[in-house]
Amino acid sequence: MSKHRELGLTDDEYELILEKHGREPNDVELAMFSLLWSEHCAYKHSKKLLGKLPTEGPRVVMGPGENAGAVDIGNGWSIAFKVESHNHPSAVEPFQGAATGVGGILRDVIALGARPIAILDSLRFGELDSERTRYLVDGVVRGIGHYGNSMGIPTVGGEIYFEPPYELNCLVNAMCVGIARTDEMVRAAAQGTGNMVVLFGSKTGRDGIGGASVLASAEFGEDDEGKRPTVQIGDPFEESKVLECCQELLAAELLVSLQDLGAAGLTSSAGEMASAGDTGIDIDVASVPLREADMEPFEIMVSESQERMLAVVEPGKVEGVLALCTKWQTDSAVIGEVTDTGAFRILKDGEVVGDIKVHDLVDGCPLYDLEPGEPAEWIYPNQVTLREGADASEITLSLLGSPSIASKRWAYDQYDSVVGSRTVHRAGAADAAVLNIPESNRAIAIAIDGNGRRVACSPRLGTIEAALECAANLACVGAEPLGVTNCLNFGNPEKPTVAWQLSQSIDGLGEVCRALDLPVVGGNVSLYNETPTGPIYPTPVIGMVGELPNPETCAGEPWRDGDWIALAGPFNPSLAGSELEKARGQLGKGLPDAEIEPARAAIELVRDGVRDGTIRTVTDVSDGGIATVLSELALTAGIGCDVTLDPVIVQSECSEEDALFGEGSGGFILAGTAASIEMLGGKGVQIEMLGRAEGNEIKVQAGESSVDILVAEAKASFESLAHRIDVDQPGITQ
Amino acid sequence: MIWGVLQFPGSCDERDAQNACERAGAETRLIWQDETDLSGIDGIIVPGGFSYGDYLRVGAIAQFAPAMGAVAEFAAKGGPVLGICNGFQVLCESGLLPGALLTNEGTRFISRQGDLVVAEAESPFLSEMSPGEVISIPFKHQTGRYFAPPEMLERIEANNQVAFRYAEGQNPNGSLNDIAGVVNEAGNVMGLMPHPEHAVDPLTDSTDGLKLFRGPARVEA
Repeated sequence: MSKHRELGLTDDEYELILEKHGREPNDVELAMFSLLWSEHCAYKHSKKLLGKLPTEGPRVVMGPGENAGAVDIGNGWSIAFKVESHNHPSAVEPFQGAATGVGGILRDVIALGARPIAILDSLRFGELDSERTRYLVDGVVRGIGHYGNSMGIPTVGGEIYFEPPYELNCLVNAMCVGIARTDEMVRAAAQGTGNMVVLFGSKTGRDGIGGASVLASAEFGEDDEGKRPTVQIGDPFEESKVLECCQELLAAELLVSLQDLGAAGLTSSAGEMASAGDTGIDIDVASVPLREADMEPFEIMVSESQERMLAVVEPGKVEGVLALCTKWQTDSAVIGEVTDTGAFRILKDGEVVGDIKVHDLVDGCPLYDLEPGEPAEWIYPNQVTLREGADASEITLSLLGSPSIASKRWAYDQYDSVVGSRTVHRAGAADAAVLNIPESNRAIAIAIDGNGRRVACSPRLGTIEAALECAANLACVGAEPLGVTNCLNFGNPEKPTVAWQLSQSIDGLGEVCRALDLPVVGGNVSLYNETPTGPIYPTPVIGMVGELPNPETCAGEPWRDGDWIALAGPFNPSLAGSELEKARGQLGKGLPDAEIEPARAAIELVRDGVRDGTIRTVTDVSDGGIATVLSELALTAGIGCDVTLDPVIVQSECSEEDALFGEGSGGFILAGTAASIEMLGGKGVQIEMLGRAEGNEIKVQAGESSVDILVAEAKASFESLAHRIDVDQPGITQ
Repeated sequence: MIWGVLQFPGSCDERDAQNACERAGAETRLIWQDETDLSGIDGIIVPGGFSYGDYLRVGAIAQFAPAMGAVAEFAAKGGPVLGICNGFQVLCESGLLPGALLTNEGTRFISRQGDLVVAEAESPFLSEMSPGEVISIPFKHQTGRYFAPPEMLERIEANNQVAFRYAEGQNPNGSLNDIAGVVNEAGNVMGLMPHPEHAVDPLTDSTDGLKLFRGPARVEA
C-alpha cells in the first residue's frame, strides 16, 4: 500500500482507484493515475471554486478547458492567451525552470494554432539583500530571456515584486499572447475512430519524470537539491522548429486536433484529448522516439521532456504530416490511434501493458471542498527597513528605491522586446504593453498584475484591486479589456488559512469580473507554495488583454513643462497594506473597501480620453501612492512638479501621510493642458487639479508635510536596482 | 527590386526583414535553407535569429546550408548581401566578411535602442547615408562583440571596411574599435549586429533603418 503514497496519492484516493479500476493497477497504470490525480493536473482543491467564475462573453472564442483562452478581435482574427506558473522548478534551478516555464506557455498557445506574439512575466522573489534571491533573480531573468529571445518572441512586459514570504518559494508566472485566424484555430479533442496519433518534436527522455506530482503538488523543503533531476531542460531551437512546423501543418489543413505535452507528458496529453473527444486511445510506447533506448513504458508515459506536440491526423494525411516534420528537421512518429472503446490502452510492440478507462483517469479524481478558516491575526513577518523619524522627502526616495517599485530596466534590457515588429510600447515604457495588429486594423494592450501583499491583507479586496489595476493599466493606453486569464499561486489548500485565502480570492475575482463584464477565458492554479517558514503571500496574478482602435493614440508620453497635473477618480488613499506600512514593519489584516462601480467610471473616462487624444500623459496611482507616482512621472520626463495634495485630504478626509503615500484603487494622475483636463470634467468622475509640471524639483505638499527632492535624486534612487542585483558581476558597459 | 530573405531552422527575424524590405518599396521571397536557385533575386538578406540553435558556435552550422553556397556565388558576382545579427555571424563564419563575433563582454543578452555612427566604408547599403551621420536602431544580441586579429583589424580600418560604429559611450558588448558593422573589400556584402529591420515604422520607434534597405535599389536605378 505504500507505493501509492510515495507517488502522492492518499489512501482514500487509492481505494477509489481500486473501486473504479476493478483491480490493482500495475506500475504503468499507477504512475498514470498518480499524475493525473495530482493537484497540478486534477485541480482537486480548486475546481469547485473555479466553477464560480464568469467565462462567457460575446467576444470569447475559446474558454477554459482548451489549451488557452481566445477572444475575437475582428477581421477574422483572434487573440489567444494564457498565464501559467513554473514556480517550484524555478526555485530548484532558476535558469531552466524559468526557461521551460516560458516554453510551456508558448506551446499552450501554439497548440491552439496561434503564432505567439508576446510574452509577459510576473515574478516574485524574497528580499534583495539575500544572496539566494540575487541568484534566483539572475537565473530566472536569464532563463526567460534565453527562451523568448531565441524563439523570436518579444517579452513586452511584466512585474517583479520582492517580499520575504517568497524567499524560499519564488514565483515565476509566464503569460503568452498569440494571434490566429479564428477559423483555423484547432481544438484539443481527439476525434474520429481510426485516426492516427502523431507525436512530433523532441525525443522523449528521462527528464522531468514525475515533475507534476513531486514538484508541483507538494510542499517545498529547504533542501530540495535531490529534486533537481525532476526539472526539465529546455531547447528553444527545437520549439522554434515545432512552432513553424505547426503553423505549416495547420495552414495545409493536415490536423484534426493538436495538443502540447506539458506536465505529466503523454499521459496527460493523450488522456485529455481522448476525454475531451469522448473517445478511446491506444498508444504504443515502442513507437515513441527515445533519447535513451532502455526506457520503461511508465517512464515513456510520464516523461516531461520538453518541446513535444501530439496531433490527431486522418490516415490519408499522415504522410504529409511526417514530410513537414522532416522539412523542419524535427522527429515525428505515429504512436497510436483513436478508438471508440473509451479505454486508454498502453501497448509495447502490440502487447497491452496498461489499460485504464479514460474518464476514470482524467475525470475520476475526487474534488475536495476546502475547509476555510480565517486567521485571527496577521500571519506573515514584519520587518522595519525605514529609519524612524524619516520625513516625507526621505520616505519618497526610499520608496522609489525599494526593489518592488524601482525601475526593472535591468531585467527588460535582457529581453528582446521588438522582434515581430509590433511593439508600440515596450516593457516599462507605459502602464500596459501595446502591440500593433495590422491584420485586424487595430492594436491590443496587455497587462499583468497581482500584489500579493495586499491580497494577504484582504484576499477578496486585494484580488478585486488586482483586476481593477489591470483594467486601469489598459485604460492608460486607451484599451478596453476583452478577457482575463489568471494564475492562482497559493500555499497548501489543506490548511484552513490558505483555504480561506483561496476561496476569498476566487470570490473577489468572480465579483470584479462580473461587475466589469469580463470573461475569464483560462488560467492555472499553483498550490502548495509553502515552505517550513509558512505559505507565500496569496498571489492571484491577473493577465488581461484589451483592444484599442488606433495605436497612434495610446498616450504614454512624458509630461511637458507647464502641464497641469490632476487626480481623477474615486481615490481614497490608505496606508493599509501599502509600501510605506511594509517599510515600517506595520503590516496587518484588512484593506479599505474597494468600490468597483465608481472605479469603472474613472477607467472608462481615462480610456475614452486617451482614445480621442485628450489625454497623452496618464498613469494609475499604485505602489507607493501619489508622491511616488508623481516622482516617477517627473523623472521619466526630466521635469519636476509643484503640487498640493490638500484637495485630496479634504475630499477623502484622510491624513497628510495617507494623501502622500496611501494606496488603493480608482485613482489616476493626468497631465496636460488646462483645457484638455477641463474637457474631462462634468462626466461624473471627480477631478482635482493638483498643480503644474515645472522645474527640476519634485515638490509635493500635503498639509504641514511636504516632499521636496531633486528630479536627479529621484532618478538615482529609482534606477538603483541594477547594481544591487549585480553585486557579484561587473555588469555590462552602460 | 526583389530581396531573397534566407530562412534556416531557428531564424526568427526573417518576417521582420521582409516587412522592412516591403516598407522600403521592394518585394521579397523567403529562401529556405536548402534552395540553391537564386534566379530573379536582386539582393540577399541573411536575417537575425538563432540559426540551428546557435549550436557548436553562432553561425557555424548555417554556413554549410546549400543556400549559403548560392549566396557566396551571388556575392562573388557583386550582388548585394546584408547580414543582420545572426546573419552577420553567418557571413563571418562563411568567410564572406572578415572577423568574428564573440560573447558580449557582460555575458548577458542586451536589448535597447541605441545610436550608430556611419563610418567611411563604400557600399550600396550606405548610399543614402554620409559618414558621420547618426542613426537610431535597436541593439539586441548576446554574441555581438566584434573581434579581428590585430593585422586583420588594421587592414579593415586601412581599407575603410568599417560600415558602422557604436556612438561614443554606447558600445554595448566590448567590440573592438566600437565596430558594429563591416563590409567586404568590394563593399557589396555588409554585416551588422544592430537591427535596422526593427527601425522602419514610426509607430514602433525610429525609421532610420529604412535607409539601408532603400540603398541598393537606389544604386541599381
